[in-house]
Amino acid sequence: MWEQIRSNQTRSAILVVWMGVLLLAVGYFLGLYFLDNGIVGLIFALALWVIMSLIAYFQGDSILLAMSRARKISHDDHPRLYNVAEEMKIASGLEAMPSIYIIDDPAMNAFATGRDPQKASVTVTSGLLQKLNRDELQGVVGHEMAHIKNRDVLLMAMCSVLLGTIVLIAWYASRFMIFGGMRGTRRSSSSGGGGWGQIIIIVLALVLIILAPIMAQLIYLSISRKREYLADASSALYTRYPEGLASALEKLAASTDQLKSANKATAPMYIVNPFRKRGMAASDLTSTHPPISERIRILRSMAGASYTDYDKSYRKVHGTSKVLIPAAAVTAAGTVALRAPQPEAAEKLEQVQRARETSDLMWNLNKYNTITCTCGTKLRLPPGFKLPQVRCPHCGRINTV
Amino acid sequence: MTIAVWIIVGIVVILLITFVVIYNKLVRLRNQVKNAWAQIDVQLKRRHDLIPNLVQTVKGYMKHERETMESVTKARTLAQKLISAGPGERAKAEGELSSALARLLAVAERYPDLKASQNFLALQEELASTENKISFSRQFYNDSVMTYNNQTQMFPSNVVASMAGFKAGEFFEVTVAAEREVPKVSFT
Repeated sequence: MWEQIRSNQTRSAILVVWMGVLLLAVGYFLGLYFLDNGIVGLIFALALWVIMSLIAYFQGDSILLAMSRARKISHDDHPRLYNVAEEMKIASGLEAMPSIYIIDDPAMNAFATGRDPQKASVTVTSGLLQKLNRDELQGVVGHEMAHIKNRDVLLMAMCSVLLGTIVLIAWYASRFMIFGGMRGTRRSSSSGGGGWGQIIIIVLALVLIILAPIMAQLIYLSISRKREYLADASSALYTRYPEGLASALEKLAASTDQLKSANKATAPMYIVNPFRKRGMAASDLTSTHPPISERIRILRSMAGASYTDYDKSYRKVHGTSKVLIPAAAVTAAGTVALRAPQPEAAEKLEQVQRARETSDLMWNLNKYNTITCTCGTKLRLPPGFKLPQVRCPHCGRINTV
Repeated sequence: MTIAVWIIVGIVVILLITFVVIYNKLVRLRNQVKNAWAQIDVQLKRRHDLIPNLVQTVKGYMKHERETMESVTKARTLAQKLISAGPGERAKAEGELSSALARLLAVAERYPDLKASQNFLALQEELASTENKISFSRQFYNDSVMTYNNQTQMFPSNVVASMAGFKAGEFFEVTVAAEREVPKVSFT
């Protein structure tokens, strides 16, 4: 059942090819329009695309991580998160352990990066760590691991580069048309061409400038939504506990804190759309993610944990017979039983513990020095603290630094 | 005449290529099964390493639970002795260790001081996670065995498998530890 993800990959790849064709068409007709030479335009568009792809391929993850102000952690910084990630790494059968990053933000979100499974990373916000219990965190991390395992990260990066190139070219072309005058047309009419052919090219170029970015965007969004469903299904399979992810998504949907460091370009990378508004459930074509309520409903009505179960549940919720995960992927899956939730007897205590863990982590990452006084009070010393001793404000004991 | 020869040569070449592709796929799957088995081993060893630390931490708080602690230590010693023994015996010893540990952690619930200790909380997290890792690595092992077995039994790869001596792998079931079969995969 691990192998057959590929047939799904092929479907997405076909959509990517369509985006590529769109890019070439835009390049060709704008070349005809501005330079009287379609091939030059085509080569120009290709070159731009290659350069942007190379940047995205080699620098994409570090740019993204730097932009979101994420910081790398080790096992001792936050044992629970790191352990959960290790568990999901084992369950998904990834060969290398991804690096784990944390964003200091009360908003709840998570994303995965990395062009290949050997060099990947999973990032979560501190808000997420505070509010989710172990099962829920497992579901979210499982979803991100699935993105890495299914190589969605690379696919989506390449898609967004294609989309970006098309939008960029169309934008500049429209500016040239408005402010640069009809240079190409004038030149060709003086050379005696013109006529119907010229008009067709102008019309086609105009139509492409307007429509290509929109079409590319729609293709991109459709790929993105499909990958989200597949990652949900994989997370359920890894954890054998869809309820964990479902209840995590519920908490994510209820919180309306917006992630400060997210922007439009990075939005599809997150587990839920960082710009969502409360109560928004429109399942329209212009969303990077399927509506959360629907994802929850699908997860909750799963009878088992296999891809077949997810597929059945998806069709039930949608009322369609359209198959989400192709037949090849589900024949070998067999029956996969669900597991019981992990004991969370001391839920209240755990919540306090989680909040403490996360705040400790944030202090440590900010290079604060922590001293525990004999009375149990934690003293936090800022990075610039130079004195050899400090008095505990609670009991008055002198502690050496 | 020559056309017939070329057709035969073509068929042979196609058959050869198919054979190589299927053979390589089988090898890849078998290696995956092997790796998955190694993963289980790593996690079992990790649990052994955690136990002395746990006993040391718990000792100060639970003076009246000597028996429970000793049963954990004993089960660990036994499991470690059997580390190179047959997987059947080993699974039994590990199952024993699991239940002894569960008993100890259940008893620990009665000691609020212990439960508040940072050291114990950290250890509890590590133990819980190790148990999870054991079950996830078992899960992945079983999934890998299933994929591998399907390939060795389905046409046309079963022809290649029987010719090259790929034997079906066995599942690792631990819920009925005593009856568990030896997860023997022949890595020829």
